[in-house]
This record gives sequence, structure tokens and C-alpha cells, in this order.
Amino acid sequence: MVTVRQFETMAGEMFAGGKIPGFIHLSIGQEGSSVGVCSVLRPDDYLTTTHRGHGHMIAKGADLNKMVAELFGKKTGYCKGKGGSMHIADFSIGFLGANGVVAGGLPIITGAGLSIKMRKTDQVAICFFGDGASNRGPVHEAMNMASIWKLPVIFCVENNQFASTTRTSYACSVEDIATRAAGYNMPGVSVDANDILAVRKAATKAVARARKGEGPTLLENKTYRIRGHFEGDPQKYRNDDEIASWKDKLDPINRFAKVLTQKKVLNEKKIQQIWDEVAAKLQAAVAFAEESPFPEPEEALDDLFVNP
Amino acid sequence: MQERIMTSSGALAEALHEEMSRDESIFIIGEDLVSHAGIFGQFVGIPEKFPGRIIDTPISETCIVGSGLGAAMTGMRPIVDLHFSDFVTCAMDEIANQAAKIRYMFGAQVSLPMVIWCPDGAGLRAAAQHSQSLESWFVHTPGLKVVVPSEPADVKGLIKASIREDNPIMFFQHKKLFAKEGHVPEEDYIIPLGQAAIKRDGKDVSLLTYGSGYYLSAEAADELKKMDIDAEIVDLRTLKPVDMDTVGTSIKKTHRAVIVHEACLTGGFGAELTALIQSELFDYLDAPVTRVGAKDVPIPFSPPLEDFVLPSVSDVVNAVKAVTYR
Repeated sequence: MVTVRQFETMAGEMFAGGKIPGFIHLSIGQEGSSVGVCSVLRPDDYLTTTHRGHGHMIAKGADLNKMVAELFGKKTGYCKGKGGSMHIADFSIGFLGANGVVAGGLPIITGAGLSIKMRKTDQVAICFFGDGASNRGPVHEAMNMASIWKLPVIFCVENNQFASTTRTSYACSVEDIATRAAGYNMPGVSVDANDILAVRKAATKAVARARKGEGPTLLENKTYRIRGHFEGDPQKYRNDDEIASWKDKLDPINRFAKVLTQKKVLNEKKIQQIWDEVAAKLQAAVAFAEESPFPEPEEALDDLFVNP
Repeated sequence: MQERIMTSSGALAEALHEEMSRDESIFIIGEDLVSHAGIFGQFVGIPEKFPGRIIDTPISETCIVGSGLGAAMTGMRPIVDLHFSDFVTCAMDEIANQAAKIRYMFGAQVSLPMVIWCPDGAGLRAAAQHSQSLESWFVHTPGLKVVVPSEPADVKGLIKASIREDNPIMFFQHKKLFAKEGHVPEEDYIIPLGQAAIKRDGKDVSLLTYGSGYYLSAEAADELKKMDIDAEIVDLRTLKPVDMDTVGTSIKKTHRAVIVHEACLTGGFGAELTALIQSELFDYLDAPVTRVGAKDVPIPFSPPLEDFVLPSVSDVVNAVKAVTYR
């Protein structure tokens, strides 16, 4: 969680400083969801995510150097500078990609689930998507298909209260998106995703069910998006008090640190040590990205086909 | 050589049997496949021979194509049956935003061995939403290859090549041509993508065509013969990549080109081919490149209306007469 938080904080700063071109969407405040779920996955399990997917990628075990380099548009990045933040992937760890299209990952993960079933392995496939995506048509098709075939899929909707600038309470027909699972004859579970242990518990159950061939689960991770939809979002749709109320009391990292401190697993010194270690790793990743070359312009014409 | 006459749907089924026997990762996914062996009978024998590898889906085009994509990314080689090519619109995000882009935008980390099989075309009185020829949309989308066979042998050779490709393929097979018969080679017959065929030699004009346009051109060539006009027919077979070498060979001989396709004229593949010809072969032309295609309206239902909208043999003959100044 600390790595995700520091990565996102760094990305925000680098974007503001002009090092990262384009757009970035940060998941600060949502680390309990990404890390909690990915902590129960195996390296060979598949995962798709969204435009707000840095956290999922880090939690799945991605290489920070290659991630930062990709965000910088460098040749040494995961996608050789062709994808950027919203279109990043690492197939070596089963990370089948972030997706710039809202709900774009659900049909794909259904196919990964079908592939697992046809190849008769015990992998699972998990798709992170947002409350905004939950209102799109592909979600309906994917959940129905995964359910009738009992595919080893976990649909994890991260309800961060906002779809871009529109409140979920306005745009969603239900308060708990997990209740929609009933329409697909699959379990639906809502959890307070700023409590990483609650997420882990729910994810463990969903993953075990999928791995046993019992079918998909809809897991709703309720959380809050601390940053704007994108960096630079003027955020006219909410006020600072609202953000502060989540930031101060409900921060998933502080909450978990408190639990671990009470259980005497951690103390202030150890916590600081974790933050420092992560900071050093990220500093090295940023240095790697900064020192890396941009791709040659002509490389834009490579990689379209396996054979032309 | 012993003729081995088969229909187009028979040629497709034979090719699929051969490929699915060769490679266990190949499977077919789509609507209404198992009980009817496909709505055009194109998958005859496959449900019995390859149980579990031809999969009936709900009516969910978005997720049918998307799940093919997810399977292709994770070690399988799906053939996605789109039922009617018109339904690509329901899966356009999966095709244009995902399939076409995933390899490129992820820096070539993954390959997508997937065939999207699209029965297309008009002439069956199926009207506006079940009759279109949409191939040029996909020619205009980098990251997809576009294949349009005409004769049964082409169906076999091109579907086998497409299945063996590690790239996403849009494969358009005309609904009205399923029953067309022709010689089909028995052996492991492969037509590499990007290879056109000169199917009729001629010296006066090149008819550049594909799909159902081939049969239209063949009929027109017979008519033209009676007028002492010797038409050469180039069946493009693959639109992307397009075989400009063969097009060039033909035009350097005939110095005249008429492009024939069933798709509506404006923005159709003929427009692209015309541009290529004028930039690469301008000095060899003795007449403007001319296009024959459907009129720019949706395909109407009533037979006299549909027949009027679709390109006809006489449209091809008249276009040839114009470029040969006859």
C-alpha cells in the first residue's frame, strides 16, 4: 500500500512537473482495494484493470522501473512508450492490461476465464472496474456469460463514489452495486475497502470459489477517490471538507498501520523504515526513467503485427 | 487434375476440420452454432467431432468478441462467429479499440491469434440491418487484417492462412455465396494473406474485385467478350494487406482499371485502391480509374429496390465501355 501511495504521489508530482505527458488518473485512497485483492492472487492469475490501474499493477508485482519509464514515454517502459499510463500491461505476471475504455476489461477477462476453463488449469481471472463502468452494457454481458459457464472470474467493482465527475449516488440505480449480482445468480459482496483486512477476507473467499470451479463473484470494494478524476481536475463537484473526512479518519494505510501497531507487529520506527525503503526504490525508478532514452520516432511504425 | 467440386460452406467446414484436428487450441465461439452447425450449415460435423470446442453463447456480441480476445491473449486461438457481419457494430469497441490496438499499445508483449468470421453481403432480401458489406471500416483501422474470399477454394486457402496468423483477422464471407460450387484442393491448401490472383487473363481492362464482386466481374467479362473486349479479372482476396504487385502487373498490361465491389461506393475500398493506383501506376493508365459499387443508401427490402441499389453486371459492362471509350 505504501508503494502504491508513493508511486501515485510521485506520478502526480511528475505530471505537474511536466515529466509525464498526457493524462493520469491516480488511485490515492484506494490502496486497500488493489493491494487487498492482489495479496490473495497467484503470479499466474490473470488481471485486467482500468485507466486508474497503477495500484493493481504494482500489487500484482510489476517492475517499478518499467512502469515509471512507460509513464514518462520512454523506450525502456513496459510498452516501449506506446501505451502510457492508461494502456500499460505486463503479460509475464498475468497483467492483461489497463484499459482506456470504461468497462473494456470485462469481456476480456471473461475470455481469460473461458481460456482457463478450456485449458483446465486452476488459475483465476480478476477484473477491476469502477462504479461508472458498472452502468455500461458490457458488464451485463460479461457477468451473464461468466455465470452460465461458471467461469473462474472475480468481478471487482471499485466504488470510489465518482464516475469521472458524476456521483455514484446519482448515476447508479442501487446503493450497493454488489446487489446486482443477484441478477446473475452469483454471490455479491460489499466491503469497506479502506479496511484491507476486510478486502482480503472477501477476496480470499471469491478466489477460492473461482479456483474450485464454482463460478464468479461480484465483489464491491467501497472506497473514496481522494484525487480528482484526472490530475488537474478542478473538482467543482465536491468540497475540501468531504475529501478531508476520508483522508483523515479512513485512510487505508493509516488504518492498517494502527492495527499492526496495536498488535505490536509494527512501531513508528518500523513504519518510517518502510516509507523510506519504498521512497528509495521509487527514487531509483524515477532515475532509471529519466536516464532512459525516448523511442526513435520511426519506432511508431513497429509492433502493429506479428508479421506484416 | 481431378476436379473436386465443393460448396463454399463445405470448403469452410473442411478447412476447419483440418485446422482443429491439427491444433487443439483452436475453438469456435458464437451464437446458434451447435444444434444447427451454424446458421448457414458452415460448421457441419464440427460439434460431433470437436465437442466443447464449438461453443454456443448468449446473444452478447460485445462479450463474444471480447471473450475471444481474452482467450487469444491467454493461449487459445479463437474463431469468433459474428452470425451476421452487421452485428460488428455491437462489438465495435472490442474490435476497433481492443483487438486492433492491444498488441501495438502494449509494445508487442502479446499476439492475438483470432479470426472474426463475418457472414456479410446482400441479395437475400434481408434488408438494411442484415445485408451490409462493411469491410472498408476495418481496412481503415490499423491493427487488423481484412480478408474477403470469393470462390470455394479461396475460402479454404484463406481461412486456413487466417487461422494460422498470430494477428486479428476480419474474415468476410458472403452469405449468398455459401452454395456456390467450385474446385477445392484436397491437400493442406493455404493461400498466404496479401496475395491476389489473376483469375482471368485479358488485355483490354483490369477488373479489380473481391468477394461477390468476383462473380459479377466474371459475368461481365463474358458479356464484354461478346463485344470483343478482353477483360482481366484480379481477385484481390485480401484487402489488408493488399497485393499492389499483382494489381500493378495487370494494369501495366491493360492500362485501364475498373474496381468492382458490392459495398456502397462512397468511402468504400475502391476509393483507397483508386488512390493507390493513381499514386503508384499513374503513368501506365490510359483512362481514369472507375469504380462500381452499391448506391449510397441502406440496403432496402423490396426486391426491385434491392436489385436497383446493388451493382449489376450491366453497371460493370458500362463502366468498362466508358474506360475503353467504346
